[in-house]
Amino acid sequence: AQAGTPLFLVAQDLTLFCICVNVQSQPASLAAEDISTNSNGPKQDSLFDDDPEDLFAEATEEVSLDSPERDVLLSDGPSPAITPITPPTSVITPRIGHTHDDMFTHSSFDEIEEEEGGDSFDIHISVSDPEKVGEYMTSISLFKRNEFAVKRRFSDFLGLHSKLASKYLHIGYIVPPAPEKSIVGMTKVKVGKEDQSSNEFVEKRRSALERYLMRTVKHPILLKDPDVLQFLESSELPRAVSTQALSSAGLLRMVNKAADAVNKMTIKMNESDAWFEEKQQHFENLDVQLRKLHTSVESLVCHRKELSVNTAQFAKSAAMLGNSEDHTALSRALSQLAEVEEKIDQLHQDQANADFYLFSELLGDYVRLLTAVKGVFDHRMKTWQKWQDSQMLLQKKREAEAKLQFTNKPDKLQQAKDEIKELEGKVQQGERDFEQISKTIRKEVSRFEKERVKDFKTIIIKYLESLVQTQQQLIKYWEAFLPEAKAIS
Amino acid sequence: CPRAVNVDLQTDAMLQVDISDALSERDKVKFTVHTKSTLPNFKQNEFSVVRQHEEFIWLHDSFVENEEYAGYIIPPAPPRPDFDASREKLQKLGEGEGSMTKEEFTKMKQELEAEYLAIFKKTVAMHEVFLCRVAAHPVLRKDLNFHVFLEYNQDLSVRGKNKKEKLEDFFKNVVKSADGVLVAGVKDVDDFFEHEKTFLLEYHNRVKDASAKSDRMIRSHKSKNLLNPIASSLYTLGTQDSTDLCKFFLKVSELFEKTRKIEARIAADEDLKLADLLKYYLRESQAAKDLLYRRSRALVDYENANKALDKARAKNRDVLQAETSQQLCCHKFEKISESAKQELIDFKTRRVAAFRKNLVELAELELKHAKGNLQLLQGCLGILKGNT
Repeated sequence: AQAGTPLFLVAQDLTLFCICVNVQSQPASLAAEDISTNSNGPKQDSLFDDDPEDLFAEATEEVSLDSPERDVLLSDGPSPAITPITPPTSVITPRIGHTHDDMFTHSSFDEIEEEEGGDSFDIHISVSDPEKVGEYMTSISLFKRNEFAVKRRFSDFLGLHSKLASKYLHIGYIVPPAPEKSIVGMTKVKVGKEDQSSNEFVEKRRSALERYLMRTVKHPILLKDPDVLQFLESSELPRAVSTQALSSAGLLRMVNKAADAVNKMTIKMNESDAWFEEKQQHFENLDVQLRKLHTSVESLVCHRKELSVNTAQFAKSAAMLGNSEDHTALSRALSQLAEVEEKIDQLHQDQANADFYLFSELLGDYVRLLTAVKGVFDHRMKTWQKWQDSQMLLQKKREAEAKLQFTNKPDKLQQAKDEIKELEGKVQQGERDFEQISKTIRKEVSRFEKERVKDFKTIIIKYLESLVQTQQQLIKYWEAFLPEAKAIS
Repeated sequence: CPRAVNVDLQTDAMLQVDISDALSERDKVKFTVHTKSTLPNFKQNEFSVVRQHEEFIWLHDSFVENEEYAGYIIPPAPPRPDFDASREKLQKLGEGEGSMTKEEFTKMKQELEAEYLAIFKKTVAMHEVFLCRVAAHPVLRKDLNFHVFLEYNQDLSVRGKNKKEKLEDFFKNVVKSADGVLVAGVKDVDDFFEHEKTFLLEYHNRVKDASAKSDRMIRSHKSKNLLNPIASSLYTLGTQDSTDLCKFFLKVSELFEKTRKIEARIAADEDLKLADLLKYYLRESQAAKDLLYRRSRALVDYENANKALDKARAKNRDVLQAETSQQLCCHKFEKISESAKQELIDFKTRRVAAFRKNLVELAELELKHAKGNLQLLQGCLGILKGNT
């Protein structure tokens, strides 16, 4: 536990991530691509497997250690368990490069509605290895250039999310939550420990940021938001003045507060539209199940790592046994058994990575996404409440005005009439807002569900393929060993 | 005689022993020992008796204590049947019945029962192997206690050593370990035995370590029964989902149910072919070490007798006595050395054969299961990809 280092945590996030984005414009009529795991979508050249350093050459940004911004850690939500994960190797292809985008390649935005224009874009974002300078690099330009990169800090991502959340959540848009902060992990990185667990933490974060960005830019509205464009494009991002970076845990707190406020109201919303009730129930059930599954998969990751460790130990022990065996052929076979077990240990590690990066993180992402979904439903309730409140107030004012009619107070009467006029406007606005948010949520939910189906299908298939690969390797190893065992005489 | 250890059957007359049945009662296991023999001293050619674990131990200890058998590797005693862990798990399951669904409970119960059955089968196998080793040994098979064990259909009344005997054992072990240091230090004139001593001391330690590590690895493998809750969550998701995903989830849930069963089989087979093999040779290598120790003791006695004889001759007192004593010691030592040499050679032969058999079977089973898993996975993938 890192209990002894509270002071240290207030220091700046000194990790720099580079994000490279490639944009290919597609005509609107292009049909959705088949997401196969071998191809990288159309016209995707090998932009990134060359020396990535070139992309960094222009982005020489100085990081001022005296910057007023402090990465205040608001999140007291659960920090992700830092379990030893070796950076993905054979199961998940290298970080820098287009192949990594397969997970989240989105080949066309057919879902963009007519009114928003028919352009669709192939957008690939990759977040690459952090340098210990301070910033992540991310970039996308819709119209100016096809591909470039900028550097951003982790807190910049949180800042972006916070802006988007404050702009769009309350009108019904499902804003993808940003990755969690993690106290334990960050401390290790700050200390400059180059050990495996801090590398793993960085990789985990990098991967999470990539998925976060991809989800954000896949949203047709958010993609066009000036904050998003600035985030992706401009080489110098103004440091967020507000230090209230909302992590998804912070968001959850906000949502929960809103939910509590709603619950405390005695007025029960008259749900005229069964669709909303049904959907809310559906998301509630989904949330419960996904959390359960997520916990189970996290356990699986843990146990597979334990198995890996124990297999490695057995391998060493078997090698020693082989050394001490004085029958030559048996000695050789035992040494080979030790080698097989060593290779199997590596397989377990790779599989544990797949368990985590594919399966577990997918579930974690969706658990967090559902928080945002619940949030918009709650905002709709609040919107309705606001409208109702205006209506009630209008009613009261009308009653008051009626009474004033019988008194001889022309000034007060006029004031009352003015107030009523204003309130009538408010009520109308309230109704419009409510209708608008309801409409938006319907659209959003439909898009969200489509994405969910696609995400789960793609990733589950990828995960099963990782399992297939593991079995194929196992077969290879044991087939090689069998004749050695038979050769003992 | 089948099972874990390949045993050499050298027969002048036929003697076949096996455990034909076993009954697990509350706190004991009753083995039905079945004998087929053409040896003249048995009343019948085929007969059975019921024995419990303590009676096997009694038989084993009687071999160890018999001076005549000092020159042989005494087949290691079977370990005590231990169902405590399994019983505890079953009990915990019973207590937690209310907190899980009926399906979950049934599934877990089946798993634990299978585990109990596996432990039961193993303990039967280990007791049988012991008897087979004795029956295969040219000298031990003729042992009177062994015949009594096989034939006498009453209770041998050897349950539980009394306090005095337990204390004696304790002291015996203390002396042995002190002598163990002695044995390790003295260099043997005979190259064969010197080599064997060096070899066995190291080998025994390595087998001990390998046995412990293989146990741990296999335990980890067993705990991958975590696929169970994953499968059942996926199933629930499948039934709840209104989108395309419902078929997806149900298919994958089904897949994980099946692969989980294969994983359980893999762990069980690794246990049988690898862990049990190592455990057995841990015990046998200890028995071989004990033989070497006994030979060393005999050598020490012989050397002391020589010294005593020289002294007696020098003083010209009790010479005859000293001469007799010396001859006895010499004879004992030579007898032990002769049989020990053969025993150790046989030990190597048996060991190599057993490892070969088990490693081959292990590899074949691992292959079988991996192929089974692969087939299930590819089948499911085919269906899922067709669906998208």
